[in-house]
Amino acid sequence: MNDMIAIYALVALLSVPLGIYIAYALSTESNRLDTLFGVIEKPIYRLAGVNSQHTMTWQVYALAIFKLHVGLILLAWLVFMGQGLLPLNPDGIPGMPWDMALHTAVSFATNTNQQHYSGQAQLSHLSQTFAIVTLQFLTPATGLAVLVAIVRTLLVAKPAKVLKGVGNYYHDLTRSVIRVLLPLAAVVALLLTWQGVPASYQAAHQVDMLDPQVEETQSIPLGPVASMVAIKQLGTNGGGWYGPNSSVPLENPTPLANVIETASLTLIPVALLIAIALISGRRRLMMGIGAVMIAFSLVSTSVVIYSERMPNAALVELSQPGANLEGKELRFGTDLSALWGSWTTQTSNGSVNAMHDSFNPMGGMMLMMDMFVNVTFGGIGVGLIGFFLYLMLAAFVGSLMVGRAPELFGKPLETREMRWISLAILAQPLVILGLSALTVAMPGTAANSNPGFHGLSQVLYEFTSAFANNGSGFEGLGDATPWWNLACVVALLIGRFLPMLVPLAVAGWLAAKRTAPAGRGTLPMDSPAFMGLTAGVIVIVNLLGFLPALVLGPIAESVVQGF
Amino acid sequence: MSHTELAKQPRRSLPTGQIFIGAVKGLAPHLLARNPVMAVVAIGTVVCFGLTPIAFAQGENGGFALTIALLLLATVLFATGAESLAESRGKAHAGALRKTKGELRAAKLNADGTISNVTADSLRKGDRVKVVAGELIPADGDIVKGAASINESAVTGESAPVLREAGTDNSGVSAGTKVLSDYVIIAVSANPGESLLDRMIALVEGASRQKTPSELALSVLLSMLTLVFLIVVVTLVPMAAFVGVETSAVMLVALLVCLIPTTIGGLLPAIGIAGMERALRANLVAKSGKAVEIAGSIDTLLLDKTGTITLGDRRATEFAPCQQVPRQRLRDVAYLTSLEDPTPEGKSIVTLATELGVDARLSEEADGATFEAFSAETRLSGVDLTSGRKLRKGAPNAIAEWVKNQGGEVPSDYNQVIERISRDGATPIAVAEGKQILGVVALSDVIKSGIAEKFAELRAMGIKTVMITGDNPITASAIAATAGVDDYIAEATPERKLALIREEQASGRLVAMVGDGTNDAPALAQADLGLAMNSGTQAAREAANMVDLDSDPGKLISAVEIGKQLLITRGALTTFSLANDVAKYFVILPALFAASFPALGVLDVMNLHSPTSAVLAAVLFNALIIPALIPFALRGVSVKAASATELLRRNLLIYGLGGLLLPFPAIKLLDMLIALFI
Repeated sequence: MNDMIAIYALVALLSVPLGIYIAYALSTESNRLDTLFGVIEKPIYRLAGVNSQHTMTWQVYALAIFKLHVGLILLAWLVFMGQGLLPLNPDGIPGMPWDMALHTAVSFATNTNQQHYSGQAQLSHLSQTFAIVTLQFLTPATGLAVLVAIVRTLLVAKPAKVLKGVGNYYHDLTRSVIRVLLPLAAVVALLLTWQGVPASYQAAHQVDMLDPQVEETQSIPLGPVASMVAIKQLGTNGGGWYGPNSSVPLENPTPLANVIETASLTLIPVALLIAIALISGRRRLMMGIGAVMIAFSLVSTSVVIYSERMPNAALVELSQPGANLEGKELRFGTDLSALWGSWTTQTSNGSVNAMHDSFNPMGGMMLMMDMFVNVTFGGIGVGLIGFFLYLMLAAFVGSLMVGRAPELFGKPLETREMRWISLAILAQPLVILGLSALTVAMPGTAANSNPGFHGLSQVLYEFTSAFANNGSGFEGLGDATPWWNLACVVALLIGRFLPMLVPLAVAGWLAAKRTAPAGRGTLPMDSPAFMGLTAGVIVIVNLLGFLPALVLGPIAESVVQGF
Repeated sequence: MSHTELAKQPRRSLPTGQIFIGAVKGLAPHLLARNPVMAVVAIGTVVCFGLTPIAFAQGENGGFALTIALLLLATVLFATGAESLAESRGKAHAGALRKTKGELRAAKLNADGTISNVTADSLRKGDRVKVVAGELIPADGDIVKGAASINESAVTGESAPVLREAGTDNSGVSAGTKVLSDYVIIAVSANPGESLLDRMIALVEGASRQKTPSELALSVLLSMLTLVFLIVVVTLVPMAAFVGVETSAVMLVALLVCLIPTTIGGLLPAIGIAGMERALRANLVAKSGKAVEIAGSIDTLLLDKTGTITLGDRRATEFAPCQQVPRQRLRDVAYLTSLEDPTPEGKSIVTLATELGVDARLSEEADGATFEAFSAETRLSGVDLTSGRKLRKGAPNAIAEWVKNQGGEVPSDYNQVIERISRDGATPIAVAEGKQILGVVALSDVIKSGIAEKFAELRAMGIKTVMITGDNPITASAIAATAGVDDYIAEATPERKLALIREEQASGRLVAMVGDGTNDAPALAQADLGLAMNSGTQAAREAANMVDLDSDPGKLISAVEIGKQLLITRGALTTFSLANDVAKYFVILPALFAASFPALGVLDVMNLHSPTSAVLAAVLFNALIIPALIPFALRGVSVKAASATELLRRNLLIYGLGGLLLPFPAIKLLDMLIALFI
């Protein structure tokens, strides 16, 4: 309980100054940080041949994202396949098969970090530090860049000047990495190193076992783990150095480390609410959005905590009645595992400190629901962007209900906007349910470890996690097959770019339209009633679509177990 | 206002048979394809009918499949019937007006000066026709020569004659109206099928109707939701098979139909048509559905003072004599000239004179006198008494002319008096006897009763009102303050109106204005909602996107209300339709899996009779909610003057929360009823 209070307090206390700092760091006005960070940023722009002051239209901005990501995916793909021949490979790990390398490259380039491999055994130090960590910085920075671009274009209440475009991607990206993510990750990495997380380029240690009859020696893989874990937690990444992620003591050694890592899950996503309130000048709106997110978060976390305090149905007759400790680290217990589990699925992070596959059905379902919603804080940048998508839908219905042609922030929402917003929303059930149905329909592809209801849950969870760019899994699934790798690549790419770029496009289109001044007759977007409507839209559009599948998966499982 | 009277008229009984035929005709595939939600229900109907014999053959519950199929058919018919009903109501109004037109004949002026007698239907734009007193005007047009008083009751329901004159801002005439005096030559302004009436009919014709912008956008949204639930149901089949749960195809179709937004999908066309029909009933002819819709979003209303804020009829408030003329003499003469004057102004002079103590016996002097009525030509009216006295009143310059023609002179302070009266915002009417000008009667504006409350309501709705007047700033500000408008433009010229519209639009507002003159045309075209008076010139009617048949500038406010009502009805029913889904889930999901997985019965929170009755109840509810809401869709939600915040809160509570809760008791009740029969 004390740990839980410490974690909530830490997020509450740190997110405010961090939010103010992010608003300042990413401001379009020049300030003293420009001189400080200019020393690093200017050489980067020069090296890349980028004019950071050039304003891009939304199309050019999106194209820049596309080009950079294609390049990054190709590079990472080649590194993963060729790591056996490349340096920094003290343990002599061979190259990955092409399909798994592609999945891994796409998974990390989409801020998902879904892993169909085990890090310590299948990636060299070069792959981990050069390919993986680079992407773990660039992808949350991309989310942040697009968010700031959308806010600049669409949200700023009283623009100081007329913008010709949405901003400059390279400028936004560089500042997000250099000013926000790097300093913060450096602090957390140091703290984690202090707590005992490895930070080394040495090969695996071979140690003698205490009981040589089991095995003579054990290999303890090492690496620059602390720096990766820091950005893994802070950047809503989730992909750990070791296969079991933060449940293994090497990644999460002490109670304090667990507090730091859990708080890091939500720190930036929460701070962004404050940052955007300051950048846009729409404080009441952001307070409303924050209230909806906090409400969703508290409901989800409470359900998961409650669920995991219940006994595990499979063990009811076999052991003392008690909380569900299957798949959990005893040093954390059920509450801290449930808190981590719900936060990691709310924020699109995906790192774990317990086995989600072993959660009770209700808890496991809540984790899936967190990922369906995916805007309870959500991934860095993309969480708020996703929320704006629902806001657009709610504004459409809400405007009609106050007797005005649909408007968003006073700008008319017309058929073109609605067509793309609809497509972005439609993509989620189409991809998740479509691929899940396809997988269970084809014999032998599912490769799930359980038959029946829980087997369906495993499949559903995997695609949900891929589409939500979360990365966690019901890990009983044997997902290291070409089908899983390629099907997930589809879900990863659509789930990342459609919900991110559609709001950017809508912002770009709306910027060219008239803005009706807000008044008594216009839709009050910062009112509690409108936030209630938005929350209702999220629940109805999002959760209702998945209810039948959930009935056949976790709900049926739960019913059978007698809950 | 005649439109309110029209609205109150008892509606003719509805042609039920015709509506049913319309509903069946709506089942044609190309018409259903216009409405994706209903198209899916129709496909579901066909599937269930197809499954019925198979079910019977296999000894399964074929009756259930058949019942579901019939209920789905009813759902589609309710939707097409709603559209047909809205359409027939709209046409009933427009059709009555059109009937008179078909039989009309016209005296067409040929290029060589001859006249040929043709049918009204053969007239083309630009043709000139001559219409003499007693004849009906054969086509919409503009008077190019002459002036006449015209009875427009066929179009507006208002029987008092109106004056229409070539070369003025009142030169427009409509087909079907009757010339009462003189003769006029009219330039036809519309080809057959393009007249205002034809446009009215096109707006309420379901099949050819253009969807309005927000209706299109809403259709996109509804199609998306339909697709979402289609995906949900289709993917459910392999997933259920994977976990070993059997699903029945009929049940799946029932689930799909209950989840897709059939309520709003079914009523959407009817709501659109009914919105147009409400505009028609207010005698507002929109040139496109978009114009009605945009009216709801108007931020700034530019209102003409005369006719909107003040009564078109001014009232006499002062007798201002010239030089040494005694005030009583001016009063008496003005009284005598007005005794037989039918205009409201003339009557108000009699009233004022009586209030100021005119001798009632004075009227005996007028016995046997010849009265001269006001004509557009002379701009004078008056009386020639048997005693030989010639008394006249009229426009100051017309009176001055009249006096000069008889060898009289204009008093030296005549212009001063006129100027003073004008400055106070009143209209001067000069009075003369023989060679002598006696003085001037001041006719002042009367602010309409209730208009200040109306403006307060508009302000509460967030709409800014700007009064447009030709008056000087001092008068204008006095009237503006009394009437409670937010702003005014005095000494308004068409250029200033145009500039103001552009200014408001530049700050993002949508602007509506009223106009009738040719020089108003640019401003009417620039405004987001331009409302032209039907009496206005052809140019004005062409430039506007809405025409008021009553020529009542105050109608602009009605237009805004009708637009808002249209949008709110759509939003409210969309919310209601979506909120309904929650309850239907709780009915159908347990029923769907009940056969092979009875444990899921715990989800059946309503404790329904059986899976069969539960699904029938849900599908029946889903079908019946459409006709239940038809009156609501046709009438529109009630629009109260309230801020957007209050409107949103209230509508969310009624349609959101109401939509969430209502189906629970309703479905439970239907289930209990169905349980009695199976």
